[in-house]
Order: sequence, then C-alpha cells, then structure tokens
Amino acid sequence: MSKLNSNIPAGELTQKWTKYKSSVPLVNPANKRSLEVIVVGSGLAGASAAATLAEMGYKVKCFCFQDSPRRAHSIAAQGGINAAKNYQNDGDSTYRLFYDTIKGGDYRAREANVHRLAEVSANIIDQCVAQGVPLAREYGGLLDNRSFGGTQVQRTFYAAGQTGQQLLLGAYSALERQVGMGKVQMYTRHEMLDVVVIDGKARGIIARNLITGELERHFGHAVVLGTGGYGNVFYLSTNAMGSNVTAAWKVHKKGAFFANPCYTQIHPTCIPVSGDHQSKLTLMSESLRNDGRIWVPKKKDDTRKASDIPEDERDYYLERRYPAFGNLVPRDVASRAAKERCDAGYGVGSSKLAVYLDFKANTERYGRIEASKAGNHNPDKETCMRLGTAVIKEKYGNLFDMYAQITGENPYETPMRIYPAVHYTMGGVWVDYDLMTTIPGLYCTGEANFSDHGANRLGASALMQGLADGYFVLPYTIGSYLSKEIATKPIPTDHPAFVEAENEVKATIDKFLSINGTKSVDHFHKRLGHIMWEKCGMARNREGLTQAIQEIQDLRKEFWADVKVPGSADEFNPELEKAHRVADFIELGELMCKDALNREESCGGHFREEHQTEEGEAKRDDENFAYVAAWEYKGVSQFELHKEELNYENIKVAQRNYK
Amino acid sequence: MSTGNMNLTLQVWRQKNSKSTGKLVDYKLSDISPDMSFLEMFDVLNEQLITKGEEPVVFDHDCREGICGMCSMFINGQPHGPKDLVTTCQLHMRSFKDGDTIVVEPWRAKAFPVIKDLAVDRSAFDRVIAAGGFVSVNTGNAQDANNLPIPKSKADAAFEAAACIGCGACVATCKNASAMLFVSAKISQLALLPQGQPERYRRVQSMVAQMDEEGFGNCTNTGACEAECPKGISLENIARMNRDYLSAKFISEEEV
Repeated sequence: MSKLNSNIPAGELTQKWTKYKSSVPLVNPANKRSLEVIVVGSGLAGASAAATLAEMGYKVKCFCFQDSPRRAHSIAAQGGINAAKNYQNDGDSTYRLFYDTIKGGDYRAREANVHRLAEVSANIIDQCVAQGVPLAREYGGLLDNRSFGGTQVQRTFYAAGQTGQQLLLGAYSALERQVGMGKVQMYTRHEMLDVVVIDGKARGIIARNLITGELERHFGHAVVLGTGGYGNVFYLSTNAMGSNVTAAWKVHKKGAFFANPCYTQIHPTCIPVSGDHQSKLTLMSESLRNDGRIWVPKKKDDTRKASDIPEDERDYYLERRYPAFGNLVPRDVASRAAKERCDAGYGVGSSKLAVYLDFKANTERYGRIEASKAGNHNPDKETCMRLGTAVIKEKYGNLFDMYAQITGENPYETPMRIYPAVHYTMGGVWVDYDLMTTIPGLYCTGEANFSDHGANRLGASALMQGLADGYFVLPYTIGSYLSKEIATKPIPTDHPAFVEAENEVKATIDKFLSINGTKSVDHFHKRLGHIMWEKCGMARNREGLTQAIQEIQDLRKEFWADVKVPGSADEFNPELEKAHRVADFIELGELMCKDALNREESCGGHFREEHQTEEGEAKRDDENFAYVAAWEYKGVSQFELHKEELNYENIKVAQRNYK
Repeated sequence: MSTGNMNLTLQVWRQKNSKSTGKLVDYKLSDISPDMSFLEMFDVLNEQLITKGEEPVVFDHDCREGICGMCSMFINGQPHGPKDLVTTCQLHMRSFKDGDTIVVEPWRAKAFPVIKDLAVDRSAFDRVIAAGGFVSVNTGNAQDANNLPIPKSKADAAFEAAACIGCGACVATCKNASAMLFVSAKISQLALLPQGQPERYRRVQSMVAQMDEEGFGNCTNTGACEAECPKGISLENIARMNRDYLSAKFISEEEV
C-alpha cells in the first residue's frame, strides 16, 4: 500500500483548478493575521510566495542565505518565460502549452499539475508587467516573443538576456514592499539547517545566522521551501556557488519523500570547461538557438579554424537529424547529440569537447532586412554583416559580452564554442497537487519540488513554474491546510522538539570542526562532482552506477574522517557553510545513482545506455516505469521506494518525435 | 588546458569582524593561469591557506556570472578592478601581468560596514527599496499585459535603468559614498513606465529620505559612479531623480 496520495481533484482536466479554487476552504482576515508562515528561499518561488502570502494577511518570515533576497539564483536565468498568451496569433493555447510541457518532459509529469501551470501562465505575465518589469516590446508598444526549444510557437516573453533578473527584481520589490509594511520579517544571511516536526506536522525551522553563527529557532504554522535545485551535486554546473540541497535534504531526512532525483537537465549550450581551476560553468541562453546554427566539421580531428572550413564541409547535425525542429530540439536531445559528435571524434577546440554555435547566417539575414528597411535592396556582404551585427547585439548583447569575458574570444567574429553542462534538476521533494510534501504543513515550490517538468524541462519553463507556484498556486492551496490550523496557538520554541532539533544541528557543527583532517571541503566536492558527471551524467549504465554508489559511500566515510573545516562556529565561516552543503550533496549523490539504477529505461534527461533505439534515441518503458519514484529516507544509505503511478487521460502517450 | 605561469603578490584586507581593526596582509601566489577568474584565483589562495592551517579570506560571491551583484572587491583602487563593465567575478587574470602586486580591499562606506575581511553589509540598499522601490500592486490585481502599450523607447530606457545589480560599486567609488546612482536607477525605471506614475512623487521622496537616513553621502557630480558601474547605469538617472524630487516639492500634498 503506497503512502502517496497526489490529491488531484476529480473532474475534467480543464475544470480541476477552477473548481478547486472555488471550493478550497478560506481563512478569514482576522485569523490570517494570527497564522504564521515560514518561507525559506527568496528566489522566484520563495519571494513571490512570501510577498503574496503577506498581501493576503498572513504573518510571514522569509529566509535567504545571501546578503539580500535580490541575489537568489533565479536572477541568472537568461532567455525567457513561457506563457500561453497567443499574442503572436500562431495557434498557441493553454492546451498546447500543457501538451508541449508533458511531451517535452517525456511523459513523466502529472497531467493535472501541468495543466494548472499552463492555465496560470498568462496571469504571470500580467502580474509582472503590472509591477513594472520591463519585458521586451515591439515598436507598436506591445510585448515581444521569441521561440524556445521543444515548441513550434513563439510564446517566450523576455527582457534581453536578463529575464530572470527582471522577474526576480519584480518579485523582490513586491517582497520588500511587504517588508517595509512590517508584514514580512526578512532574515538575510540565514541558512535553514533543519525542520522542526511536532506531532507529525511541520512547525518551524532551525536556522543559523551566518554572521554571528548563532542557531535560531523559528515557529511557523506552516513551512514553505523555495530553495532551488541541486545541480551543484556535480560541483561544476551553471548554478551559483551557494546553490545547495541542504534545506530539501534536511526535510527528506525528517520524512519528506524525494522524487525522481536522477532527472537532471544537462543544458546543451554552455561555455566549455577551460581547466582544473574552474569553479563554475556559464550558460549561453537557449534563446541563442533561435539565431545560432550548431555544427561540427565533417572531417574527424579537423584542426582548421572555423572560418577556414567551407560550408559543404560542415555538419549541421541537429538540422540533419531533426529536420522538423532543427536547432530548436529540446535540451536533452540537443545535449546528447553534442556528446555523440564529440565522442565520435568531431569535437572542436583544444579539449575537443565542444561544438560550434554559429551566428553568421542569421547575422547576414538580419543585415539584409535592415538594409532593405533603409532602402538598400542590394547590399554587399560587409554591409549586411555590419547591420546584422547591430541586431544581434540588441538581442543578445550581454550574452556575447559574457562569452568574450570568459573565453577571451570575440563571438561576433568567430563562432561560439559550446558544450553541455548541468543546469537544472527536475527531481526534488515530492509534493501533492497542493504542493504539500509528505510532512503535513510542509510545502515545497519551484525547482526544489519535482512536480511539473517530468524527465526534462523545456526552456523558459522554470521561471514560469517558480512564479506560478509562488504567486498563484501555493497562496490558494496553503489555505486548505491553514484553515484547519486557526485554533493552533504559536508553539513556544522551548518545546522539546525545537531543543532536540537545535541540539542535532549543533552536534553536526561540532563534529565538522573537530575532525581537523587534511583536505578542504572543496576537495571532496570536486571528487563527488567527478563521480557524478562520469557515471550519473549525460549517459548512465548499470556498471557505472553500481561503481558510483560504492565510490560515493567510500567518499562519505573519508569526508567524515578527513575533512578540514577551519575557524569556529560562532563567526562568519563560509567553509563551515560549505561543509554542511557538501555533506548533504554526498548523501544525495548516492540516492541519485540508486534512482538512476532503478529506472531501467531512458526518458528525458535520464539516458540509460542499455535502453536506446537503433538510432540512439531514448527508449522509454511505459509499461514498467510510468511512475514517479518517491524515496523515503530510512537511515544512512537506506532508501525505500514508493511509486506514484502516472495516468494519462487526456494525452496519448507516444514516443517523442522531433524529426 | 590551464597550468598557469603567473606569479603574483596580493595585499588583502584582513579584518576579523565588524568590531576589530583590519590591516593589509601580503600573500604570494604562483602558477596562476590567465584563464582563471579573479575569484578563482582567490579560491586557489584559500585552498593554500586552509592547507597551511590558516583562516581563508572571506569574500562575497555567488552566481559568478556577473548578474547577482554579490561580489564586491575593491581592486587596486577600483571597484570590480581595472576593466570597464565587468564585475569582479567576470574579471579574468589575463587582465593582469606576471609579477603584479594587487591590492584588494572591501567596499568602504559608512553605510556599508565591514562584516569580515572583504565582505560588507549592504542591507541599507534593501531598506531603500522597501521604502518605495515598487509598484503597489497585489497579486491578482493585474489587467491583461497588452492592454498597456508602452513605447519601445520608454520600455528600453526603463530596462537599461533596471539592469542595476545592486552591487554597491557606485557607493564604494564615490568620494562622498553617495548611493544616488543606485537609488535613481530604480526611481527612473518606474518613473519612465506608466505603471509607476500613481506613486511617482511619493516614491522619490520616501526613497531619498531613506537613503539619507542610511548615512549615504550626497552627489557632487563627479561621475565616478557611472564610470565604475559594471552595468553601465547612466548618470541621466540621477538627473531624472533630482527633477522628480524637486517637482514633488511643488506638488500639493493630495497629489503626492
């Protein structure tokens, strides 16, 4: 008997959310004022939830580890945000966005959640524009759109290559407005280190003040996590240095199930690794695939400069393999195709682990249009390139600058070299339709939960999901729980459960500081990342995963015997913060490998070499694996699998085809 | 690949906490690759310090791609170092020469007290935003986004102001430790857009009042903020803010 109940409302798919909203129990304004909600994380999901809950009248405490909520890693999202507005009159609709997302996720997401996401997507754009978020516009004054992978409509709204920044600053301003009104208490430079569970319900957290080192106890009638994804388990990823799994992992160890941990997204267009010193990888937005063509030389080990390779000696392999979607195939497909070419010996650059992303053809095309607008109907090539470069600069200027900074090369003149890198994690804390975890009163939103993207997320859908959860979903669904809590008085934080949780955290900190080993935290993090990338990365197999599990278990023992954490507990000590995070990453890494080993099929970002078609495409096994794998923590290295069956009532499940 | 050959001397500000006095401490580094970012060079330094049993240097950083605004080093007398339009995390060692001595200090301003080593407290910026850097629109109150056409030129200008990353380089470089570039960027963004009009004059007054209360200095039109801003935020924003601030004084209280 499974312990999982997804609580999906009955009725027609298109009516579920509408009905839910009109029948969910309400909390009257006077009662809201005495109900306290803790929100951990201040990215798109956390900040929008904290602001909206406070607007509704709840007492909110919001926590972030950065020095300001404005710095959460949502800020780095580049390309855009999807919404089913159909402003382009190209046939888009709520249903199409729903369908594309389910298909893009390789039929491993819940229909009801995804349909709700598609329904509220349009409201997000309205809300952000009302806040003063400067999304890109056309000369007529209306909003502009562009294309993203895995779709054939233009539904992506954007603000140059800084969409995440602008949306986050919108949510941040809404949050700060509530802070100014005293309705949100903001705790910056605080890190949640445990959840407090009393009589089976989440009732608060233990947080560490990162400046003073003091451990603090905070009560809440409910706790909401919006703490982001766990891509940094790979050490090198496009995540920020501080992005971590700690909050999610701590609640997992207290009873929240962790779902589909092996679903990780490897983004096809990132700047390649340049050396051992590298601390992180940088994404080049998927939006570049609107105007960039991906190719490698047709000849193996071709050492000529890109510009010296004639057109007919270039292999535009995505256009060749997937003529219908071309360069705009979904991320998992594009990444594997790049790996395939490089593994076969056609890679470029000094490491041979890179492919070209070339803007020349489209630069020239734009230049021709610009010249034509100016009355020059027969422009020479140089004029086209000059005028076209200006267009490209306006669309992607900040990305091109970033590329030039990092590589020292000028992407306006030579094609970019790109290679896949870890970018996003579809897996996360298991939640039901209400976004509640298996611990009553504990909610999880945004990238930290597992719910909407199945086995592969489409581009420009992370921003959509984070804001959908925070602005439009959680504020409704949390009412169904809190309406039953109006009689619960705030629990004093000298309750034994708070004391015990704090003591556990303190014991862990003392342990870190007393090991006094010989190797830094980063040393272990790098080794973990290496194991994960080699054996649980773009391609996985039984043998590698089995080895990885053993290697990670050994690494964990070595970490706890030989890590060196300098400094003390009662001061600003970033090494101590990292120690917590890496200890949790090591445990998570093991679960990811176990999940990947269990899933004897290929789907989305999870590619098992044993399960592929003759053409090398992912081969799903719907008969045996059309389920969410939700893992229960049972002790060190002990995880019990629970299955949530996925039922497709509205979409016909098919092999994905982007040809 | 990158086995580097640069040898450097770093003079780094070390300060135990906000109450202690700090000083510059010398460190020698060798085999630095020109392809490293400035912060990766600090990672190498910290790894060496940890191995030797010394305390690593504390510095703020997070995204390492120039957008979160967390990194904040004053390098050889310039916030974010010698290159224009980049943050410290996007500064690479190829901008320096073998044998260089590099002095690294924290942001210095009364409103940005040092927390430890190179990390400072910039929460004053959050309080300035909380005083009025928003449009008062609750979730669910919005009309259809395209019911409000905005001329592209206005939208683009608002976007340019909104590109501010809140790093505080403008304050750090200003001889008066003025925050006017930061504050005016937010005021401009919203003043340029129709959504920002209803609260336009209230906003400028409350944000400026909060800015003063935080202990930031005044503007004397030197322009160092614009020159050092990693995102190219323009001085025009300060002019726009001053104009609105003055206008607010002439507008009757009911309108404000």
